[in-house]
Amino acid sequence: MSTATVAEQYRALRQEAAAAVEALKQKPVVWVGTATCGVAAGALKIKEAFEQEIKERGLDVAVLETGCMGHCYAEPMAIIAKPGHVPLCYGRLDEGLVHRLVVDFLDGDDPGYEYALVALEPNDLFPTFSDFPRGVYEEKMILEQCGFIDPGNMDHYLARDGYAAVAKILEMKPEEVLAEVKAANLRGRGGAGFPAGEKWEACRKAPGEQKYVICNGDEGDPGAFMDRGLLESDPHRVIEGMIICAYAVGASRGYLYIRAEYPKAVERVEGAIARAREKGLLGQSILGSGFSFDLEVFQGSGAFVCGESSALVRSMEGKMGIPEVRPPRLAESGFRGCPTVLNNVKTFAYVPAIIMKGADWFRSTGTAGSPGTAVFSLVGKVNNTGLVEVPMGTTLRQLIFDVGEGIPGDKKFKAAQIGGPSGGCLPEAMLDVPIDFDSLQEAGAIMGSGGLVVLNEDDCMVAVARYFLEFTQHESCGKCTFCRLGTRHMLDILTDISRGKGSLESLELLQELCEDVRDGSLCNLGKTAPNPVLTTLRYFRDEYEAHILEGRCPSLMCKDLIVYYIEPKKCSKLCNVCVGSCPTEAIYTRDDGLKAINQEKCVKCDNCLKTCPVEYNAVIKLSPPSLLAEKEGKSK
Amino acid sequence: MSKVTVIIDGREIKAPAGRKLLWVALENGIYIPNLCAVEEYARPPASCRLCFVQVEGREKPVTSCTLPAADGLAVQTRSPRVDRLVRTAFELLLSDHRLQCASCPANRACELQKIARERKLKLRYGRFPYLQREPAPDDSPQTFAFDPSRCVLCGRCIWADQEVAKIGAIGFSRRGINRSVTTFKDVALAESPCNECGLCVKACPVGALYFKKTAESK
Ligand SMILES: Cc1cc2nc3c(=O)[nH]c(=O)nc-3n(C[C@H](O)[C@H](O)[C@H](O)COP(=O)(O)O)c2cc1C
Ligand code: SF4
Ligand code: SF4
Repeated sequence: MSTATVAEQYRALRQEAAAAVEALKQKPVVWVGTATCGVAAGALKIKEAFEQEIKERGLDVAVLETGCMGHCYAEPMAIIAKPGHVPLCYGRLDEGLVHRLVVDFLDGDDPGYEYALVALEPNDLFPTFSDFPRGVYEEKMILEQCGFIDPGNMDHYLARDGYAAVAKILEMKPEEVLAEVKAANLRGRGGAGFPAGEKWEACRKAPGEQKYVICNGDEGDPGAFMDRGLLESDPHRVIEGMIICAYAVGASRGYLYIRAEYPKAVERVEGAIARAREKGLLGQSILGSGFSFDLEVFQGSGAFVCGESSALVRSMEGKMGIPEVRPPRLAESGFRGCPTVLNNVKTFAYVPAIIMKGADWFRSTGTAGSPGTAVFSLVGKVNNTGLVEVPMGTTLRQLIFDVGEGIPGDKKFKAAQIGGPSGGCLPEAMLDVPIDFDSLQEAGAIMGSGGLVVLNEDDCMVAVARYFLEFTQHESCGKCTFCRLGTRHMLDILTDISRGKGSLESLELLQELCEDVRDGSLCNLGKTAPNPVLTTLRYFRDEYEAHILEGRCPSLMCKDLIVYYIEPKKCSKLCNVCVGSCPTEAIYTRDDGLKAINQEKCVKCDNCLKTCPVEYNAVIKLSPPSLLAEKEGKSK
Repeated sequence: MSKVTVIIDGREIKAPAGRKLLWVALENGIYIPNLCAVEEYARPPASCRLCFVQVEGREKPVTSCTLPAADGLAVQTRSPRVDRLVRTAFELLLSDHRLQCASCPANRACELQKIARERKLKLRYGRFPYLQREPAPDDSPQTFAFDPSRCVLCGRCIWADQEVAKIGAIGFSRRGINRSVTTFKDVALAESPCNECGLCVKACPVGALYFKKTAESK
């Protein structure tokens, strides 16, 4: 048995790691962002290209992988840290640019500022992230290290005081750890915002020898990728949070439930667990303290409903992932009937910093009711897509127009869909709503797990509501009547409306049915499934009415309510591109040389509109289709 | 178990503490619509969503199959909100139920008919059109048959099979709108471990599982 104290053991680990990292700094390093977003943009090729070019020149440069910096719009990205220069980040890399950087910067001494996106350390020459407009709003509590460390190399985490919080709590009483998390008022980031401290306390108090800690990495919302980003880019932070939780509640085993569709996250987390175990930070008697806790990854089937707590636990027990009534809550009877804490990936990720810096530090960011930060995956019609972390209480306007830098093109903002399929669509008039659990709920949306889709004037709100409902209807487990059949009839009514077959009565029925499904369903999937419909009915009723009363889709999106038309005044008789682009040969040349569309053949594929050269822009959409007769009448 | 007094529709009733209110009401002659409830479940499935009651002091109706009896608990079995939810749940179930009472083996012994009678609901397709899914029947057993187009997914047959007869021939399978009662791997009942004890048929509150008419009984 080792006689070194916990603090001594930790200090030794940290020093060793710091020395390794320091050694790395002596020579140039290229960090390539290889989280899923980077890889999708071609990061692996970029990494190979760096390695190839460096080898060809016989340079002594390390090429390492890192995670996601949250600037997914600029992937593939790489950081070049060369002694004597500020570390610089380059975006939208291709092989040509890699060649230039290796020749001019790594072999030569010209950093190629014209290609650099941002510098990573304050300096006089080049702007850093905090000089960006979004830097003013961003505050990184949990994404702090994402994209700046090698998630596969534990030294990087340790050298930045990683696992210091574990070393600290092992010398505290579990009750003190609990008290700190409770005082921080850390609310669950998986959707509902339930206070983590209360949940932990209930689990601690529940009778039982065996207790479990489970991390919910199911992340089923379409378009959401924050949890994936964290697990891939900074897995040790989540693991550290889980160890602290286990200590506070008295658990000896834990699981990370990660969807099988996240192979990279699974791989990195499994690697991180193995390394933490090697260093004595997981397993028997962590850091010689006598406290034992071990972790395993459980690969989930990826069904949306399996993210619901009772369904998740059932599916881990090898049963069908179907929600059950509460109580009992998991804290009393969870995995294998034992007291269990289930928290979201992000929730755990806040914990180490709360322990190190204290509850007051945590509460000094955000709002009184929702302290800390909010993490969003910002997608849709917004210039800067990616992962963002802002203080709770930031308004939607700041998030979309300052952090996201607004709507591309000259398009007009229409709505923010927040909270995924369980969330809602908020209109322009609600842009100044502060983002926190309670304000969003009041507005009819929810924080959800943090998906934020920006919609512009081209998005039809009936179609958007239908899209999300189609998702939940498909993902319903089918157990309870309201969700199984209610969402189906809601979807049928919406489909009718989007085809111009609705009536004002069906709109009333839709509203009533939404309310009943919300109030009558067994679990939160069904209870929240109506949100996209209810919010669009509340804020965009005029769009529903246009579909119903005029057979018109104001955003020219619902296929059954539009026709394509070639404006004779704009069509250049000499050009033929639309003809070739049409898959059904619906476009013909009239006697006068102008092109026209045979409506019977048209399948509304949008090809002609896309291919008509911008200088003509002759193809337009008309809604309602009856406008066609008018147009054709005039042009004859 | 200690006794408590609950008040259902103004009537004071003594009940064992913690017993679910649905059973207290039914035992005392107060009808609350229900399909999926089986008292012995450790956790009620609470899936049919028909047994809502209004608890005094709470805004939203709650399912009585999950509501433990506690001293002074006061509920109304009817309220505008309860009636609205029960009506919608009932009409939703009907929209996926092949309604042909006259030719149904359960005619007059059917729980859906009872609910309609008790709550003055129509046994007709109403606000929600019939979905016409009509999955294929299984009449492979000698003594009974299963017509899933009448099944309301209450799961009582599964309880009878798994927990009473302890056979394990049937269970729920598939998800969402396709959820159904099937044998393991969807084989015909005659090829499953089913020994035709008939308990599931007796448990079915509607005409989905029914005994075949034998020559004598005709
Ligand atoms: C249909 C459904 C899907 C859910 N999916 C997730 C998910 O993917 N990730 C998650 O953390 N929580 C999800 N939740 C919420 C969980 O049930 C649970 O509240 C959460 O994991 C608790 O962690 P927290 O308190 O840290 O938020 C889902 C809930 C429902 C009803
Ligand atoms: S609300 Fe939907 S997902 Fe939840 S139990 Fe009911 S059917 Fe299943
Ligand atoms: S067959 Fe009958 S008992 Fe079985 S689930 Fe269907 S309705 Fe219920």
